[in-house]
Amino acid sequence: MTTITRETARGDLLRFALFAVLILAMPLWLAPLGAGYPDLMQKFAIYGLFAVGFNILFGLTGYLSFGHAAFLGVGSYTAVWSFKLLGMNPLPAIALAIVLAGAFAWVIGFVSLRRTGIYFAILTLAFAQMSYNLAYSVLTPITNGETGLRVLNSDPRVLDHMMGAGEVEGSLVSTLFGIEMNGLPGFYFCAVWLLIGMYVSFRLFRSPFGLMLMAIKSNQNRMNFTGINTRPYALTAFVISGMYAGLAGALLCVTDPLAGAERMQWTASGEVVLMTILGGAGTLLGPMLGAGIIKYSENIFSAFNEQTLHEIFGFLPDGVEGAVVSVASLFVGEGWHLTLGLLFMLIVIFLPGGVIEGGHRIQALLRRRGKGGGADQAHPQAAE
Amino acid sequence: MVDFLNPSRRGVLKGGAAVGAGLAMPTIFSSQAWAADYLNKPTGDTVTFGFNVPQTGAYADEGADELRAYQLAVKHLNGEGDGGMLNTMNPTVLTGNGVLGKKVAFVTGDTQTKSDAARASAKRMIEKDGAIMITGGSSSGVAIAVQSLCQEAGVIFMAGLTHSNDTTGKDKRRNGFRHFFNAYMSGAALAPVLKSTYGSDRKAYHLTADYTWGWTQEESIKNSTEALGWETVEAVRTPLGAGDFSQYITPVLNSGADVLILNHYGKDMVNSLTQAVQFGLRDKQVNGKDFAIVVPLYSRLMAQGAGENVKGILGTTNWHWSLQDEGSKAFVKSFGEEYGFPPSQAAHTTYVQAILYADACERAGTFMPCGVVEALEGFEFDGMGNGPTLYRAADHQCFKNVLVVKGNENPTSQFDLLEIVQEVPAEQVTYDPAIFGGELGECNNGV
Repeated sequence: MTTITRETARGDLLRFALFAVLILAMPLWLAPLGAGYPDLMQKFAIYGLFAVGFNILFGLTGYLSFGHAAFLGVGSYTAVWSFKLLGMNPLPAIALAIVLAGAFAWVIGFVSLRRTGIYFAILTLAFAQMSYNLAYSVLTPITNGETGLRVLNSDPRVLDHMMGAGEVEGSLVSTLFGIEMNGLPGFYFCAVWLLIGMYVSFRLFRSPFGLMLMAIKSNQNRMNFTGINTRPYALTAFVISGMYAGLAGALLCVTDPLAGAERMQWTASGEVVLMTILGGAGTLLGPMLGAGIIKYSENIFSAFNEQTLHEIFGFLPDGVEGAVVSVASLFVGEGWHLTLGLLFMLIVIFLPGGVIEGGHRIQALLRRRGKGGGADQAHPQAAE
Repeated sequence: MVDFLNPSRRGVLKGGAAVGAGLAMPTIFSSQAWAADYLNKPTGDTVTFGFNVPQTGAYADEGADELRAYQLAVKHLNGEGDGGMLNTMNPTVLTGNGVLGKKVAFVTGDTQTKSDAARASAKRMIEKDGAIMITGGSSSGVAIAVQSLCQEAGVIFMAGLTHSNDTTGKDKRRNGFRHFFNAYMSGAALAPVLKSTYGSDRKAYHLTADYTWGWTQEESIKNSTEALGWETVEAVRTPLGAGDFSQYITPVLNSGADVLILNHYGKDMVNSLTQAVQFGLRDKQVNGKDFAIVVPLYSRLMAQGAGENVKGILGTTNWHWSLQDEGSKAFVKSFGEEYGFPPSQAAHTTYVQAILYADACERAGTFMPCGVVEALEGFEFDGMGNGPTLYRAADHQCFKNVLVVKGNENPTSQFDLLEIVQEVPAEQVTYDPAIFGGELGECNNGV
């Protein structure tokens, strides 16, 4: 953990400012990559937030939760119910979602944190799968099962009716002070939440509380032997990351007022683990990067079909082109999971610290070359 | 921990300034306004259709066949290949010269049979690829979710394989259209055949896929069989994509029921039917009668998956490749030449939907959604494989003949799995649009 001592408050602030500019300028620099459309950028921000929150638990304490999708789902359902009962304003929906997801996380964390390692992972997985099945069957009156929960024109929406905005022509969209929360305004709404979440995460990482969490990760037994009860700290981290997930779930519904049970499926829980590891667990920016990479491949690679491939490889001679296209088509379209799996394997094998580690290595390489080689021996790399 | 909860004054000021700057930023970008008559108005020499089908999950087989049909439809619209049903459709203004002089291009996406993924994929097509029309879906839950998305966004949705009453019932939308038949029609068409085959004194046990389609099909089949005098012993909901149905089938044996009705589709139906047969249900005698299994919604792809087990089992289907009218023959011929096997009903309905949309644009003289809606409402046509068909204006549902089919006892080829028992005329399955409620609302051009 050499990183702790090296970082300065000024460096953090600089990094955060750079990050903020990058996020807010997304529509500009993502457009050439084919990803500069509102829906995908919203997903980047929302799942980035989800992964950043997950990283507070996994990256700092080392507790691997396989059930975070449950909190995402709770946040989504709470938000849609808030739309249905209170009105289409996103702020009460988000507040309620965070509180309820936090409370739910406290209950699950209270039980699960009695165990560590694989047992903890299995416990959280079991709880998440339970919530998923409940949402699918017993709780159908609340969740509307497979069809998904939607906002209807006949819902009470008390606040909307009080403000005289109860009767809506056309479809119901979440509205903040007259601005409809879809398209670009929706993205900026999510981006602001992402920046707030990111800032809180920066502060957490550098706080004594964050240090305590890292201590749990490095050796929990030793902490216990010195007379410190670590569980309240771990539970707090669990609840905080659950609240992040709840916020992300609520934002999913703010940009598109529909909540379905599949958001709570174990694959969704696994996805956030992938995002965090892919980007770099325990790093500040890694999870956000991982979320971006996964959502990008899910939306862009899955959309490639043979027609697009023929366009890309059109410059090759006919026979070669056919062969290249038929090989490449295995990895795009419905095969995008294959691409992702390969990428994940490569990163885990060669860059255990995720994409962030790759960045550090390139940086180190450039520095060494700049100094004429060998001068870097004085700065040992962190043993990952 | 204390430090984190009580940040310094300087820290709060800095943070506040950063958030303030962040909040001000969006106004720079959101000021761009779009100026067009309707969303995604095609400006170049191509027009983009969005094909949103399941490529993974319980309905992946259907999705793959739908995509083949769409690609064939695009070929025919652009004047490649033999033209397929463009030659038999009556009336039509399509000439195989694209649509309104523009060549048809398409984008594809994977719905994963999940509402979330389907909506994300449809949004990508609308926001990024500029699709003017979204079509597809092989699950009613997905179709309803995408239909309402298209209504909100302001593009046309041409539903693919969706059989729930809700799609054009309580969840109907002005921008959405469905060619496929629905659960109510299945019940109305199937009931008389069930009566003549199994009599009017039967006890039925339902296994139902637990989502909108399963619910409405269970309700419709229940209503029409109870009208025959049948008794419904129990109706059990099973999760979509369950895989193993043995825990649901064992109770059937001791329930006293003598008919099992499987409200399943796709791989679910293949699994539940296969397991029901393996449990020996069909060899049993209950209440002095042979135990029977009914699959209200059938497809050839499923029959192929279930193999031997489908022999003699009754159900309904929207269309079958062995039909001998001109439209069906032309479609089977060009599909077969392209891919080497006959099309499924999913392929048929999606192909027809793409052609119908193109024809409506051509007749309306515009791609503007409201114009297309007007052209499709109340449109009557023939030569598309189901006899004379009406796109009813009141609920955007097509009314046409429904096929009652039976698993073929002596198949002559690996595709000859279903035998047509009866072609039920459209009048017999037509209903009052008011019975399902719902509102079409206003059409939306997206600007």
